[in-house]
Amino acid sequence: MSQVLSPGTSAPDFTLHVTPDQCLSLSEFRGRPVILAFYPADWSPVCGDQMVLYNQVRPEFLNHGAEVLGVSVDGAWCHQAFAKARNLHFPLLADFEPKGGVSKSYGAYREGDGVSERALFVIDKNGVIFWSYRSPLAVNPGADGILNALERLPS
Amino acid sequence: MAVLKVPVTSSDHIQGDAHAPVTLVEYGDYECPYCGAAHTHVQLVQKHYGSQLRFVFRHFPLTEVHPNAQSAAESAEFAGVHGRFWEMHDLLFENQERLSIQLLFAAVRSLGLSEAELRDALAEGTYMSKVRDDFLGGVRSGVNGTPAFFINDRRHDGPFDFPHLVAAIDTQL
Repeated sequence: MSQVLSPGTSAPDFTLHVTPDQCLSLSEFRGRPVILAFYPADWSPVCGDQMVLYNQVRPEFLNHGAEVLGVSVDGAWCHQAFAKARNLHFPLLADFEPKGGVSKSYGAYREGDGVSERALFVIDKNGVIFWSYRSPLAVNPGADGILNALERLPS
Repeated sequence: MAVLKVPVTSSDHIQGDAHAPVTLVEYGDYECPYCGAAHTHVQLVQKHYGSQLRFVFRHFPLTEVHPNAQSAAESAEFAGVHGRFWEMHDLLFENQERLSIQLLFAAVRSLGLSEAELRDALAEGTYMSKVRDDFLGGVRSGVNGTPAFFINDRRHDGPFDFPHLVAAIDTQL
């Protein structure tokens, strides 16, 4: 089982498709905290619940200046349909080509299964990982750990 | 394991004996079909344990996927101010398949409460903060979807049908 990157590690930068014709880089968020939520698959029941929850809690994340980004190996078209069906207002990034490349760089890829782990990272405004957590695949980790981390971030 | 962070107080909606050895707290959404299904099971669980069980319901409306959930929760609060929370709660779950704004008014009317007062309360967001407080308390306690149950402050992670709830509650008795 992979070991997710630990607090204190510089968060690897990346550029991924956020829509079929637009890309987004982690470095664009420098100056504010970012929540990276790696998850196995669009449409699966647990991932659906988890992303719907983060969508609902997003105003609280934004109160801390933080944006949440979902990451899975699904393609941009798949993300688009999933986001539309669940009314998601935050970006879903496609770790699609090379498959799982970003997930691997965070230690959040399941080689045998070919999907991202269910892993959370809170990255501070300087691009350093402040908190990370890998949840058992079948368990939706909720949002309490994220909010606790955001509250502990030095201002 | 996730633990209930917001203790049960008199501002909660509570059924059952205050001195019951087991407290079951549900975070639910009136438009969530899983909560609708769980409602029947919770009622059976309450009947099964009688005075041994105290039941608390808190709001966790997922408004981005359930457009009527917030108004439904606020309507239940409105009924609660008039001492009719649980009747409204049952009406909402029992009529979940046709949940709509019209249904909220019809339900309030059937309880003999004022539709005009409900309309004003919804327009002014009178109960919005109470519902929001429930939701945020749930998030802090690790509620990760609906329904979420806590048995004596510990989140119940298994299925929420009668046999599973009873098996989990029995360990507390």
